[in-house]
Parts: sequence; structure tokens; C-alpha cells
Amino acid sequence: MSIFLDANSRVIVQGMTGAEGQKHTRRMLGSGTQIVGGVNPRKAGTSVDFDVTPIGPGAEERSAGTVSVPVFGTVAEAMEATGADVSVVFVPPAHTKGAVIEAVDAGMPLVVIITEGIPVADTAEFFTYAQNKGVRLIGPNCPGIISPGKSNVGITPADITGPGRIGLVSKSGTLTYQMMYELRDIGFTTAIGIGGDPIIGTTHIDALEAFEADPDTELIVMIGEIGGDAEERAAEFIKANVTKPVVGYVAGFTAPEGKTMGHAGAIVSGSSGTAEAKKEALEAAGVKVGKTPSETARLARELLQG
Amino acid sequence: MDLFEYQARDVFEKHGVPVLGGIVATTPEEARAAAERLGGGTVVVKAQVKTGGRGKAGGVKLAHSPEEAEARATEILGMDIKGHTVHRVMIAEGAKIAEEYYFSVLLDRAERRYLAMASVEGGMEIEQLAVERPEALARVPVDPIVGIDAAKAQEIVSAAGFAADIADEVADVIEKLWRVYANEDATLVEVNPLVKTEDGKIIALDGKVTLDDNAAFRQAEHAALEDKEAADPLEAKAKELDLNYVKLDGEVGIIGNGAGLVMSTLDVVAYAGEQYGVGPANFLDIGGGANAEVMANGLHVILGDEQVKSVFVNVFGGITACDEVANGIVKALEILGDEATKPLVVRLDGNNVVEGRRILDEANHPLVTMVDTMDDAAAKAAELAK
Repeated sequence: MSIFLDANSRVIVQGMTGAEGQKHTRRMLGSGTQIVGGVNPRKAGTSVDFDVTPIGPGAEERSAGTVSVPVFGTVAEAMEATGADVSVVFVPPAHTKGAVIEAVDAGMPLVVIITEGIPVADTAEFFTYAQNKGVRLIGPNCPGIISPGKSNVGITPADITGPGRIGLVSKSGTLTYQMMYELRDIGFTTAIGIGGDPIIGTTHIDALEAFEADPDTELIVMIGEIGGDAEERAAEFIKANVTKPVVGYVAGFTAPEGKTMGHAGAIVSGSSGTAEAKKEALEAAGVKVGKTPSETARLARELLQG
Repeated sequence: MDLFEYQARDVFEKHGVPVLGGIVATTPEEARAAAERLGGGTVVVKAQVKTGGRGKAGGVKLAHSPEEAEARATEILGMDIKGHTVHRVMIAEGAKIAEEYYFSVLLDRAERRYLAMASVEGGMEIEQLAVERPEALARVPVDPIVGIDAAKAQEIVSAAGFAADIADEVADVIEKLWRVYANEDATLVEVNPLVKTEDGKIIALDGKVTLDDNAAFRQAEHAALEDKEAADPLEAKAKELDLNYVKLDGEVGIIGNGAGLVMSTLDVVAYAGEQYGVGPANFLDIGGGANAEVMANGLHVILGDEQVKSVFVNVFGGITACDEVANGIVKALEILGDEATKPLVVRLDGNNVVEGRRILDEANHPLVTMVDTMDDAAAKAAELAK
């Protein structure tokens, strides 16, 4: 199995007709994702043709060619016409809040927000709105979620690795790819990038809880970085609720205080949010924490073999 | 972006928060003129630095005349307060303070909403109050959709235990401070102290405001608030080139893609550099756009750092394929020409890595060394920087 996303997931793309949306819709189609529609009020009733090259696990069983994806005026119309149960959002920061609220109002169960650079007040507002209506958000400012060989929603390269026994949750996109690559011979149930913004929808804890409940996930790799206290909270959760082995990695030991390191949420404020504190909290919860990505991969490998 | 006190004061005033007169000055002469404009009576000369503890450091002084204001400004301008040089002072009207309070509203990351904090015991460092007398600090959650309306402001005032005779006025000021928070896209608005004067007025005497950089696209006025003097020259140059760069003080220049991978690269270089006494010189995330121009701009900024002795280019080809990155490096070195003088250690992995490595092999640039893994590449870069 996998978490949050499987082969039956029917996905619409908000912002499909923009440059990023088009590029990644083509890649998602190539990785076998069921993309059933796009949303753009100004282009409702048209369709967009994608020149699809199969990539990743099962690519040889799928054929290359043109896939035509219908464009709907609203998320509600797209859902009604296609039975979509996932929306992925590529719309620019100024319009992301409206797009997410529209998806929530339409009753979309899962909304994955790739957009980077959203004002945190907007995220706070649409997160609260989604939470009140029981909608799961992933992101923003994240690579999305991939259940290799089943479905890929977002921008994660599908050809790094295939299905397997590891569950991965990470604040960082490229570290997700790096870790998938290091452990590519073992494979993953699901790899989820939760994003590096100060406020995010799905947290480390949500993913840990889902991986713990997923029978196919045998080991969980958790990647964190400086800023906030999400890793410390995850450590407490692991201590109380997770029976599967967890391997951790934290980036940003050398980050100076008060400087934002790329991700809006990656900042050490005074003595809080340091990598050292996160590592200690995780170790105190029985998590093996690697010093580097490659050491982290080695620890995961040893635990799976042991 | 953190604002200076005088900028926070101006933003408060814009949204109707009661403040005292205050004028910023960069020279003693300007300080004198400012004191005159404020009526020529008693003023406070306050160092403008983005750090706490300036009072203890001698950065806040009373002056009873414009001449004294000039003299105090002469003393304070140029002072060093916890590593911050004082380039500006604010000449502020004096106030007869009867009581000091505390108020702030900020982003609560863990709870994913806002948090308002208020206390009738203001004036001391809030971290200290929170530890020593937590019961004296009211903490009231704020729903991001609703914000602080009249009812919420009353709730905060009563949770903090403000006296009945000032409760309504404090609540009104809190609502106005919420407007600062919401309308300016702030992530922190703090008033310490919020005071009651001897004649019973509520005034925000000192303010701290942090603005959300992600909201710059809809806050046109915020660009003018940036402190360009304080920015590191290399950071300023990088910003002009639209690069995500943070200057550190080591010897190994770092270029990578993705914030997490670059942070991780800094750490790995720091470990590898321990034995040689070298460390990472910067954070630079070139994101997905690892084309020749971005790579050349990145190298240009890094090589402008005189401390840099080697450069580590660490790229995982995800969306961007390694062959594009390799071509980017080759072309960037052509663009830079004689400017490229330091050895480059390149580690490429991921999408189309074989072709990427072939391109770099073929180019056979004398400055470029390719290493297969991140750990080994970090070790090589550190060794070259010793």
C-alpha cells in the first residue's frame, strides 16, 4: 500500500495551462498519474494536448503519445465531470489562496500545493479554512507526493526509484530526491515532501501516523531542517505512537542565527529551531539520526537488513 | 525583514496606533534639528539597531535641550551594540510614564495560527517574563480567518487583567495593532513597553515589527524599508542577480540546488573541513535553474569573496538534468574567463548523470575536478581550501 495517494487517485491540475503547470502535467502523465482535468475559468471547454513520454516504474508497459486533458471552468465542475479526488496547485503566489479555497469549497479531499513564495498570512488563512472543512493539504512550497509505480502528484522525478518498503517524509525537495536515490535499490511505499514554509498542511506527524498504519511500510525515513519545532514534536509522537523503525536526518547544523536559508521557514531564531536540538530530540525518541544523507541511508539499510 | 524602531513607529502611526513624535537622524546636526522640531524640550536619543539590550549598552539617553540632543547623538552614533554599528538615532518626545505593559501578536508555527500575548507587567524582556512569571503573560490564540476584532481585543485585555478604567482604550489600541499586522503582512508586531502616561493616555513607546518577505509583491512600500547599508556587499550583489545567497565566513564556496540539499552540503563541508580548519563560505541555492547564466552569476558572487579558496558545486539532477547542469558549468567558466581562478569540485548525481559527467570529462577544464559522491566531494573541496 501507500499513503494519501494510490493508483486509483484521480488528479486535476489547478494552473495546468501556465508554464510550470504544463511542464509538470506532462511529467506526471509520463509517470502514470491519472490526470483527469485542468482548471482555468478563461479556458473552460477547451483541452490541452500533452506529448507524453513514459518514465519511471512501469514505463515500458505504457505507450508514448499525445494525451488530451480537458480544461474546466471551476474545480467543482472538474470534480463532477471526472470524479477527481486530488488537486495539485501550480497557480502563482498572488492567486494561490483563492485556488485552494475554491478546491476546499468544492469538497476536494486532498489538495497538494507546489507554489513557492506564498505570503504566510494567506497560508494561515487557507490552512485554517481547509482544517475547518476536514480537507488535507500538502505543502505549500513542496515537491508533492509520489507513491512510486502508482501515482505521482507534484514535481518529484518519477525515474529515481520504484515501489518498495520505505516511507519517506521530508521538508526538502532535493533531499527527498537524494534520499530516494541513495535507497533506490530498496524502493518506497510513498515519499512525501511536506515543504519548508512556516505553516504547512500535512506535517511530519501526519505522515508518521499514516506510515505507521500502512502495512507495506517497514521503515520510515524522516528528513527535517532548521526552524520551528516540528521535528521535536515529531520526536514526541514517535516515542508514544510509532513502533516501526525511524531513521532521521536534519539539515542546517552550520546555519547562522537569524538568517533565512532558502526556505521561508528555515531560520534559527535565538536558541530555538537549531539542528542540534532537533537531532537530540529525535535521538531521545529512539530515532537513529545520520550525520550526512549517505550515513542516513546506510542506517536505514542496516535496520532493514537487521 | 525586521524593521528599525523608527520604521515601526511610522508604520504604527500610519494605522492610527498612538505613538509619540519621533524623527530619525543620521548626524548630530540632524539630531539637534529634530529636537528643535519636536519643540526644543526634553527628548530621548535612541540608537536604532536591530537587537535588544541597547539601553544597557548606553544607546538610549535623555537630552533636555537641542544642544544636549546633539551631544548625546554624537556619543551614540557609531557605537557598537552587540556587533551592530549605530548609523541612526531616533529623537523621540519624552513621556511621563505611569505604568508599563506588553503586547505582541505573532505567527504561531506549531499551532498554525496567530498568537496574541499581553501583560500588565511590561518593560522587562518578554522571554524573561515568560520564564519567571508565566501566569503574568496572557496568551490568546487568534484565528487567521477572523483576526483580532473588537470581541477578541476585549478577550485579550481581560485575560491580561488590564484595569477597568483603561481596558477599552487598550482594546482599541490592540485592534489598531492588529491592522498593522494584517495590512502590512507582518509576522510579528510587538510593543514593549506599551505605556500609560501620567495623564492617562495609552501609547506604543517602542515597537518591533517583522515583515513577511513573501508578501513583497503586494506591499510596494516595503522595499524602501530595507536597510541596504547593513547588507553584506556580496549578499547585496547576489540579491541584484536574483540569487538566494547567504554569506558565511569559511573558505569553501558552495553552490547547490534546493534549500535542503544546500544546507546539508554546508554541514557535510563543515565536517570534512574540521581537520583542515576550513568551513563553508556561503549558502547559495540556484534552484531548478542551473543554466549557464545562473551558474556564472553564482560563481561570480562566490569568487568575489576573497576568503574563498575552492568551490563545491553539488547538484542532484531532479527536474533539471545533469547534462544541462554540466553544460551550464562549462559555459559559465567560458563566460567568467580569467575571473575563474579557484578550483571547482563538482558532484553530479541523478537524472542523466552519465551524460553530465561525460560533458565535464570532455571539457576537461583544468579547474574542474569531478567526484562521485557528496561526502567525497566535500572532503576534496575542503582539502583544496586548506
